[in-house]
Amino acid sequence: MSRIAATFAALAERKRKGLIPFITAGDPDPELTVPLMHALAGAGADLIELGVPFSDPMADGPTIQRSSERALSHGTSLVHVLGFVSEFRKTNGRTPVVLMGYANPIEAMGYERFAEAARVSGVDGVLVVDYPPEESAQLSEFLEKREIDAIFLLAPTSSASRIEKVARYARGYVYYVSLRGVTGAAHLDLGEIAHKIPLIRTHIHLPIGVGFGIRDGQTARDVAKFSDAVIIGSRLVQEIEESPRSRVIDNVSALVRDIRGAMDK
Amino acid sequence: MQMYDFPDRNGHFGPYGGVFVAETLIDALDELRSAYEQCRNDLKFRTEFEYELKHYVGRPSPIYHAKRWSEHFGGAQVYLKREDLNHTGAHKINNTVGQALLARRMGKPRVIAETGAGQHGVATATVAARYGMECVVYMGSEDVKRQAQNVYRMKLLGASVVPVESGSKTLKDALNEAMRDWVTHVSDTFYIIGTVAGPHPYPMMVRDFQSVIGIEAIQQMKELAGRQPDAVLACVGGGSNAMGLFYPYIEDTSVRLIGIEAAGFGLESGKHAATLCAGKPGVLHGNRTYLIQDDNGQIIETHSISAGLDYPGVGPEHAWLKDSGRAEYVAVTDDEALAAFHHLCRMEGIIPALESSHALAYAAKLAPRMKKEQILLVNLSGRGDKDMHTVAEKSGIKF
Repeated sequence: MSRIAATFAALAERKRKGLIPFITAGDPDPELTVPLMHALAGAGADLIELGVPFSDPMADGPTIQRSSERALSHGTSLVHVLGFVSEFRKTNGRTPVVLMGYANPIEAMGYERFAEAARVSGVDGVLVVDYPPEESAQLSEFLEKREIDAIFLLAPTSSASRIEKVARYARGYVYYVSLRGVTGAAHLDLGEIAHKIPLIRTHIHLPIGVGFGIRDGQTARDVAKFSDAVIIGSRLVQEIEESPRSRVIDNVSALVRDIRGAMDK
Repeated sequence: MQMYDFPDRNGHFGPYGGVFVAETLIDALDELRSAYEQCRNDLKFRTEFEYELKHYVGRPSPIYHAKRWSEHFGGAQVYLKREDLNHTGAHKINNTVGQALLARRMGKPRVIAETGAGQHGVATATVAARYGMECVVYMGSEDVKRQAQNVYRMKLLGASVVPVESGSKTLKDALNEAMRDWVTHVSDTFYIIGTVAGPHPYPMMVRDFQSVIGIEAIQQMKELAGRQPDAVLACVGGGSNAMGLFYPYIEDTSVRLIGIEAAGFGLESGKHAATLCAGKPGVLHGNRTYLIQDDNGQIIETHSISAGLDYPGVGPEHAWLKDSGRAEYVAVTDDEALAAFHHLCRMEGIIPALESSHALAYAAKLAPRMKKEQILLVNLSGRGDKDMHTVAEKSGIKF
């Protein structure tokens, strides 16, 4: 069983919901990325989404845009990000790591070379925001051969036929975008989530994580009622941005523990 | 040549084009595609579009035989397709009229656009005023500073102009921000993209709306010269004026198609916007195409004296025309374009846009090496009034 499947199976057995933090690799600087990943795992993260910085993050709000800019200002490339995962795997063989980012860094590296490097580094899943399933069949094939999950998004605007289509390609878990907007927006609609997730479940038999717009323990707890996992990105990235460098790890850990606590209450 | 039938139903031009967007936009693009498919085959829509092009834009734009300029070269005869004479002064309005009509059909009361120098922004603000729509234009904050007059023009027309502070604060970032707006307001908003880029169906739709240029040219050249040109030339940034001219000529392989990119300070300087000449294929802004990027796939800032060519991508159909060999792509420098700009002012009494001056500069290279009976048709895509400031500055003059 893959690390991602094993993680969700264990969560289901304990009747717990997953907590998936997102950070951008290389933010605030490359030296802190691996320590941050360990801190996330230690504070109760069930899976880590590691952002690959890109110069043109079209689906992201200002907070994650700025984190990409900080990471790129240190020269963080896809090769470096894969290196962070290898480093993390030296002492953590348990927490799944999913790379999340945009198509072009992968296009530049080449599908097969990327898939192979991801396998060697210990990457468990890949979510490319601007590769919808129909444009990523070839990459998905390379990933599948190496038992790496190709993870896809669904949105409030995804129709039933679209959900059915995505179901054919989705592996690992489904990332449900909770709102019409970019990451970090603040108008999450619980009613819509409550309505949409059962519809998704009739077509897709994978765990469902919900992200975009979840900013505190209470919202995480509310969202977790309908989903299998909660994804928190912009709020953590904001904590990284606002903390003095020496406090980044402690502040992020405290925030994740706080959210974990609210979800497990 | 066999029948040219691109894109395929999923928007691919060979390996290029496609729909590389987040799931949040898929439904909106599906809606747009089906609305456009309906309109494209609807006589009423086409009649309305043609009426607007004739009475509001002022089409057909003439073709002008630049005799003095041609005599000066002593070679090929140079003809100019006068898109500079359109309402708002460039070819951009052909497309914004088409998309605004489509937005109206789809019941979208709000339109948004990205703009670099401001020409597409002005063309969008113009049609938004014409059809009574709310209009928001995204513009890099660097460009807002450099193009104060166009910013004011858009505001006069009732649009809001939003300066974009992210990334390099230029056109590509304005496009990112417009996409973010669209995702957020997808139910009531129509995104009017200004060039033959973006996700399917944009490259096809913008090409179709712009192809009035080539369709007219074929008819006009027959009347004026009794035959078609040996080559048609157009500048290429995103590539909409070039696609509009090339597309109706694609199956006539006796006509060379030549796209001219911006070599900026020179290709070897690294400071240019010659995507097809010096870039590599990748994925940006919803499609696969050639891009100016580093070895890690990050997009690099471009440079051109002409803001309208200053874009790190290019329409996917141009990428395909390049790879398939049907069109040729070359690049001319800032200095070469400026020289052609001044030359046309003095020889023909026409002030061309700096974008179009790139195509003129290449015509000036080709014409002397050709025979007197041969013909070059250059798309004079816009007028140069907007460039007074840039050109004067280059000559050390301040207003």
